[in-house]
This record gives sequence, structure tokens and C-alpha cells, in this order.
Amino acid sequence: MKSLFLGTAVLALSASFALAETVRLGTEGAYPPYNFINDAGEIDGFERELGDELCKRAELTCTWVTNDWDSIIPNLVSGNYDAIIAGMSITDEREEVVDFTQGYTPPSPSAYAALSADVDLKGGIIAAQTATIQSNHVVDTGATLVEYPTPDETIAAVQAGEADAVIADKDYLEPVVEATDLIFVGEDVALGGGIGMAFRESDSEMRAKFDAAITSMKEDGTLNTLIAKWEVGGTW
Amino acid sequence: MEGFQWLSCYLTTGKHVSFYLSFGTVLLLLAVTAPAAMLFGFGGAMAARGRIAPLRWLGKAYIALVRGVPDIAFFLFFVIALDQGIEWLRHQVKCPDWDQPIRQGSDFVVCSAAKMPLGTSPQWMHETYGFTLAVLTFAIVFGAFAANVLFGAMRAVPHGQIETAEAYGMTHRQTFWRILVPQMWIYALPGLSNLWMVLIKATPLLFLLGVEDIVYWARELGGSKTPKFTAYPHGDWRMWYFLGLLVFYLAFTKVSEVFLDRLTARLSHGQATVGGTAQRKTS
Repeated sequence: MKSLFLGTAVLALSASFALAETVRLGTEGAYPPYNFINDAGEIDGFERELGDELCKRAELTCTWVTNDWDSIIPNLVSGNYDAIIAGMSITDEREEVVDFTQGYTPPSPSAYAALSADVDLKGGIIAAQTATIQSNHVVDTGATLVEYPTPDETIAAVQAGEADAVIADKDYLEPVVEATDLIFVGEDVALGGGIGMAFRESDSEMRAKFDAAITSMKEDGTLNTLIAKWEVGGTW
Repeated sequence: MEGFQWLSCYLTTGKHVSFYLSFGTVLLLLAVTAPAAMLFGFGGAMAARGRIAPLRWLGKAYIALVRGVPDIAFFLFFVIALDQGIEWLRHQVKCPDWDQPIRQGSDFVVCSAAKMPLGTSPQWMHETYGFTLAVLTFAIVFGAFAANVLFGAMRAVPHGQIETAEAYGMTHRQTFWRILVPQMWIYALPGLSNLWMVLIKATPLLFLLGVEDIVYWARELGGSKTPKFTAYPHGDWRMWYFLGLLVFYLAFTKVSEVFLDRLTARLSHGQATVGGTAQRKTS
């Protein structure tokens, strides 16, 4: 009798947990304007606002967690958080491990930035962040790739002369080019299929909720307003 | 704003406060890990010199295994393994009628009631849990080294002391606790002090475990900032922040050295070691 009672209590408890479940959103916090840590030490940026709005529309409580870019997919898969919202481009390679929502930004161009206009983009040394679509692209072009764990270090590498140029999403480089000696070189390259949220493959229900929320934000134009506010690539 | 005023505003942003608090995280880690590692070490050493064979094998295996694996590999492996192990156990207890496989491709899926901490827990619970895993891992790694040090120290206590104790009719247990343990510390101290120094210097490994420690914040704060996203734009200042860390660690190890020297002097008192004899002669 006692164990029966206990069993029901546990059941009731777990049911109430399931109702009030919070979704943990994982981000990098080092990739403005998408996500970064602001002066107050809080996660801020385009994806912060987007994520909060999506959670509101999907009627979920969300909390934010930061994680290194390197291990952001493994830690999602092992369950440290429930979704990645970190400027992650949708690619076939990543699709094998995680499931993406539809893109919340249209495919945006990547660009090279360097200290002078005459750098050799095909044979020189190019800095890129580890495990990004850009780092894959550098390997394909035949240039020498140097990888760094954070986007910030790729810029520092060019400024210190360790690399000839850096390649990253153009919307990341734009404020950097504005504020430093770096200039855009060469032509923009179209990489990736837009940026989406990534979920565990076993979490299709939650992914569907966010997918629907993204659709609704696309339809009423709020997504475009957000994109324009944070200047992240083109609008829909 | 410029000059001193700028600097004083800059150094008191919320982000910097997080940085200062992370020093507390490191100190807390040390304060908890050091005694925990000593416990593991003492247990390991006792097991390794125990009279029951399986216990002795266990102690020796622990020392040999953990000492032989690179710290970083152990950290990366053990924290994930421990986390999944705990969740697996909780899953077996709390959700016996779960019909899906736990490993689905690369996903590790347990029922939501088995999650550690629960998905509904506030952020600080997640951070505390992560920190606890880190402390446990540190304690196991450094415990193995401490076990080896203590094992050696127990053997270094002059045999005459033990024989005398036995001649007085003390039991094995009494000899161990009353004669061996109080005297072994002076032999263990050089090794243990080394370990303490290494432990201090190993705290940046926290960063590897996803705990936002001083290295994380130094890197984050030092990175160049564009005017668009902060009120305090600056270039690449990582060098200065890392220099700050260097000074912090140097100061901390220096304080430790002073303290350890005093401890050595105190423990040498009345011992048949060179240090102890020298003390007797000067006094």
C-alpha cells in the first residue's frame, strides 16, 4: 500500500515536472551580432531576442546557457541543454547528428577581411573558427587554414600578422571592419543554407514547436524587424 | 569619459563583477577539493597497504590507473561518464516502464524525471551540479597522487617506532592511528605541498569542464570589442588580462609556500629527521 502511494506520488510529481518543463537554450556568447555577452554580463544579441520571442510564442519557459563552440554539438547530444541557437548554419554534415528547424535567417554571405587589399586568398594563410562552414571552405580553396576556438581570436590573428586574412559570416565582420584597420577583400562567398536552431534527433516534438513559432514570426514580419534591428544579413 | 573615470566605470561593469566572482569559484574549488583529495588519498593509501588482498588490489589499481592517464583525458572522459552514469541509474529507478532505448544514435535519452539536475531546475542548480562533478573529478585525480605520497610516507616512518608500539602491546589499529599517522605527515609534506601547487595551477582545467572560471572571463573580457555592442570598446587586451591571472597565481603560490614552510617547521618538531634534529640543536 505504501509503495503504491509512493508510486502515485512520484507519477504525479513527474507529470507536473513535464508540464512546467523549462527549455535550456545553448549559445556561444562570442559572436556579435548573433549572440554575445553584454557589459552587464548577460547574453544579448539577435538570437537572444529571437529566442525569447520564440519561447513566448511556443509558450515555453526558457533559460540561457553558454557553451564553447567546439563542444556545442556534443553537449547538446549528451543533454546538457535542449537546443542550440548560436548562429549555426544548416549543413548536411550537422544534419547527420542533430535536427535543424527551418532557417531563421536567409543564407547569408561569408566574407574575407585582411589588413591590405593585396593578400592571396587562394594560397595564403587564412584564419577561421574551428568547425565552421568557413573553415571547411578554406580547406576546399587550397589556402592554408589556421583554426581558432573563438571568432574573436581569428580577428586577433590577422591583426597580429599570424594569418593573412580571416573568413567569417559577413554580418560578424562588418562591425569589426567598421571599428578596426581591417578591410574586406575579395568577393563574398555564399556558404551554408541559412541559420537554424539545432535539436537532438529524439526531440522532434520540441523542434516542431519552435519551427511553428519561427513560421509565425516570418508571417507577421517580426522576424524581419529583428533582422533589420541587429543587421544580420538579408531579410525574408 | 576618459582616463581614470573611464577605467573605474569599465572595471565595475556587470561582466567584470562576474570575472571577480569567478576568483571566488576558483578559491572555493581549492577549498573543497584539497580536503576531498586528501580523503581519497588517505583511503587509497590505507587500501594499498591493507591486509585484505582484494582491497589492496583496489587501492593499487586506483593509484596506478589514475596516475597513468593524462589529466585532461581523464577530465573529459570522467565528467561525461559520471554524468551519464548518474542519469542512467536514476532512469532505472524512476522510470522502470520506459520502453525506448536510452542510446538513440548519438543521443543519450533518459526520461525527464531522471535528468540531473531536472530540466525545471534553475540555472544555479545546473552550475552547482557541474561544479560538484568538477570537484569530484579533481579529487579523484589528485587523490591518486596523494595516495601514492601518503603510501610512501607511511613506509618512511622509522620501523623502530612501530616495533616499540607493538612491544608496548598496542594493537595493529592503535599502532596505525597513534604512532604511524601522526608521524608520517612530515614525510608526506614535500609531496603533498607539490600536489597543492600543481592543484592550484590545474584550476584553469575548470574552463575545460564548462565552468565559467577566471580563464573564461579573462579571455572573454580581453577579446577586442567593437563600439556597436559595448559602451567600452577596446582592442585586443587579452595579454593584460592573462598577465593579471599570472600575478594572481604567482601571489597565491607564494602565500602557499610561506604557509607550507611554517607547517614543515611545525611538523619537524621532535622528529628524527634532519630538519627535526636541527631544530633540537638550535633551541
